[in-house]
Amino acid sequence: MDFDMGKIDIAWCPGCGNFGILTALKRTLAELQIRPRDLVLVSGIGQAAKTPHYVKANFFNGLHGRALPPATLIKAVNPELTVIVTSGDGDMYGEGGNHFIHAIRRNPDITVIVHNNMVYGLTKGQASPTSQPGFVTPLQVDGVFEEPFNPLAVAVALNASFVARTSIHDLELTRRIFARAIRHKGFALVDTFTPCVSFNKVNTRHWYQEHTYVLDDNYDPRDRTAAWQKAVETGPWPLGVIYTSPPKPSFEENLPVYKTNRQPLIDRKVQWEKLAALIDSRKG
Amino acid sequence: MTGSPAAHDISIVLAGEAGQGIQTIEQLLTAILQLAGFHIHATKEYMSRVRGGTNSTSIRVASRPVQAPLQRIDLLIPLDEKVIPHLRYRLTEETIIVGDREVVGDLSRLRHVPLRQLAREIGNEMYANTMALGLILGLLAVEAQVMEQYLASRFAGKGEEVVANNLQAARLGHDRGYALRESGEIRFPEIMRHDNAKEIMVNGSEAIAMGAIAGGCQCITSYPMTPGTGVITFMAQHQHDFGLLVEQAEDEIAAINMALGAWYAGARAMVTTSGGGFALMTEGISLAGMLETPVVIHLGQRPGPATGLPTRTEQGDLELALYAGHGEFPRIILAPESLPGAFALSRQAFDLADRYQVPVIILTDQYLVDTYYNTAAFVLDPRQTSRFIVESAEDYQRYRLTPDGISPRAIPGRGLGLVGVDSDEHDEAGHITEDLELRVKMVDKRLHKLEKIKEALLPAGLAGPGDYRAIVVSWGSVNPIVREALAQLGVNDVAQIAIQQVYPLPADLGHYLAAADKTIIVENNATAQLGHLIQRETGHGFHQAILKYNGLPFTVEELVDDLQKCLPAS
Ligand SMILES: Cc1ncc(C[n+]2csc(CCOP(=O)(O)OP(=O)(O)O)c2C)c(N)n1
Repeated sequence: MDFDMGKIDIAWCPGCGNFGILTALKRTLAELQIRPRDLVLVSGIGQAAKTPHYVKANFFNGLHGRALPPATLIKAVNPELTVIVTSGDGDMYGEGGNHFIHAIRRNPDITVIVHNNMVYGLTKGQASPTSQPGFVTPLQVDGVFEEPFNPLAVAVALNASFVARTSIHDLELTRRIFARAIRHKGFALVDTFTPCVSFNKVNTRHWYQEHTYVLDDNYDPRDRTAAWQKAVETGPWPLGVIYTSPPKPSFEENLPVYKTNRQPLIDRKVQWEKLAALIDSRKG
Repeated sequence: MTGSPAAHDISIVLAGEAGQGIQTIEQLLTAILQLAGFHIHATKEYMSRVRGGTNSTSIRVASRPVQAPLQRIDLLIPLDEKVIPHLRYRLTEETIIVGDREVVGDLSRLRHVPLRQLAREIGNEMYANTMALGLILGLLAVEAQVMEQYLASRFAGKGEEVVANNLQAARLGHDRGYALRESGEIRFPEIMRHDNAKEIMVNGSEAIAMGAIAGGCQCITSYPMTPGTGVITFMAQHQHDFGLLVEQAEDEIAAINMALGAWYAGARAMVTTSGGGFALMTEGISLAGMLETPVVIHLGQRPGPATGLPTRTEQGDLELALYAGHGEFPRIILAPESLPGAFALSRQAFDLADRYQVPVIILTDQYLVDTYYNTAAFVLDPRQTSRFIVESAEDYQRYRLTPDGISPRAIPGRGLGLVGVDSDEHDEAGHITEDLELRVKMVDKRLHKLEKIKEALLPAGLAGPGDYRAIVVSWGSVNPIVREALAQLGVNDVAQIAIQQVYPLPADLGHYLAAADKTIIVENNATAQLGHLIQRETGHGFHQAILKYNGLPFTVEELVDDLQKCLPAS
């Protein structure tokens, strides 16, 4: 399968980590043999959220912070589609924070790749919910003092079905984790460390390399207590699949519309006889 | 403003604290009155609380179809002592108050019936409500048999004792009521009955929901907010039968974005809310405009600003609906005036949204969603509900520039092509663009759809004499009240325009207004929002505005008085 768009004008800065995510994603999709027409990429707004424009697939590039609600329903009304969300840390954890929490609770069978560069790129360098304390920006002139948002800890606390972190400096690891996440049934979060070469001079590619380590093969992501410890670890930051919940039904599987009938909702017709009977039941 | 009791109807009001069971009596009473063959119209006003306060249900029992509330009360059944001050403004010299002194206290005008005492004799005070029900039915000379049959089937699941006690209570009440009537002590005009085998009784929320199902709606995502909640609740209760996807969203922002995702992927979806929730949806409405993804939004209005009067009615959100969402894009706003109108317009909303790829807003209000009356059974015609989705070819472009501005809409996974939609300005394939020439083309394309919509929508229509001197204009739920008031006034030089299609406005509207010496606008709000819209769109303003914004709907008598003052003496 070819997900390449050919020669297109890409709006990212030279050296941007998003290029690595794009490459890893396209390779993973090809490897999983997903057909472009059966794939929908969903995003909000931001530099990361432009990713769907650079992959040959269906796409829904919606509002800032609002990728998860449409993604959840796209999958729900047609479960035959593969749905992948690609968005920034501001988009997902800031503007869209409420949806992040509730999408995990619903557990739709979608993959969520968050390009976490710890800064707002598109709007030119303000702090994001994941910016580290002390991070100075034109707007946070004395540096960030808020507690950083910890997406992995939140996801583990909500018993998310698949929680992983990767970093773009390790492309091979990133590809492997993307593949596992997409294959996973249920909500799969991949928080992806990626450098913003223009607006984050602290958390650079080198910094990520220095401040992360890969979980070894003995680590068991099914152990929630261990997962919690890994989720709150910050110095250095663990990479890998942090947590997988005990198997549970996805949002679509829980929906009454699919309990006895697996036909995608979009292919169903109006139940005229039943509606006539319902109207009749209101006669005196 | 007493108004003489017209001979063709009786206005009955039940009132008491929240939690006293008024709703149950109301429901039983209207069902039995329907069985007995009366025309009825029932509406309620209630406080935003779960217990206490004063709520009331007004039931109009009539010899002919009625679609409007009355001010006067002919028979008041108070269930506690706070009712009289609450409803004093609706009492007339002739109002008959029947109740239990033990509950209501010593009112000079009270016809005392010892409901509690009698109920205790049956075994439990809680049967007092059923007894009151029987009393009303006896006063109206409804056959005891009709009442008993209904109650027996209604309480069947609750055990023999409950059925027997309720029947006994109802019968006791009925005997008392009938005796009061026969003795001539309380006498109401004779109300004619009719064959209503082809009629149904539903409320406004149900009519909207049934219309949506008939319109092919498969999915509703919403966050609870009175008075919008009735629609999603009804759909939730019927989701198994109709295969509906019903999801309570985390907030209204999620709700509208979910609905857009559902439409994008090929389902028909709606959201239901009230003003506050709608305000949160506005960015999503703008997104619908940009994506050209259809969506249907039910906005049940209540008085604002902010939380306002949560359980009451107003037409205060027309301008909100009209201007919600940044940027310039077309939309359609429908305001059903009646239950059949709610069904028909709700159904139609889905086809309009799909055909023109625009947001369609159905504007109702608390009064309409909570009102019910007998009406001809909704007619289903499967041919009326069409789909507008194409199968994509390999070179498919979602935003192909076409002469009418409407690009054939395909959905992902159905066809060989790819479907991309984007909230940024985009090229024909849906990709982000900053080509400013293309920008102009895309704006023109989107706005051109409004011209197409205008061509397809219905004319305003004018009711009344062709050689009118004055015109009265109103919209939505106010229309039938104006209609009845004008009929009662019996004026022969006044015409009515009853608008249900608020935006775009009917094309013939200006032409009618131009021919009138006097124009009057009637709205359930404080600033005449439709009046301003009409003035802007047609150049014709209004000489006078009749406005009400205390949280209650207009009544017929009020409008008779107000219109009389405004209309030129003929
Ligand atoms: C409602 C709304 N608020 C604000 C913005 C402006 N905005 C666009 S992207 C963005 C943040 C971008 O940061 P992030 O999501 O981390 O993505 P990045 O650009 O860093 O990839 C902001 C604030 C917007 N488009 N919409």
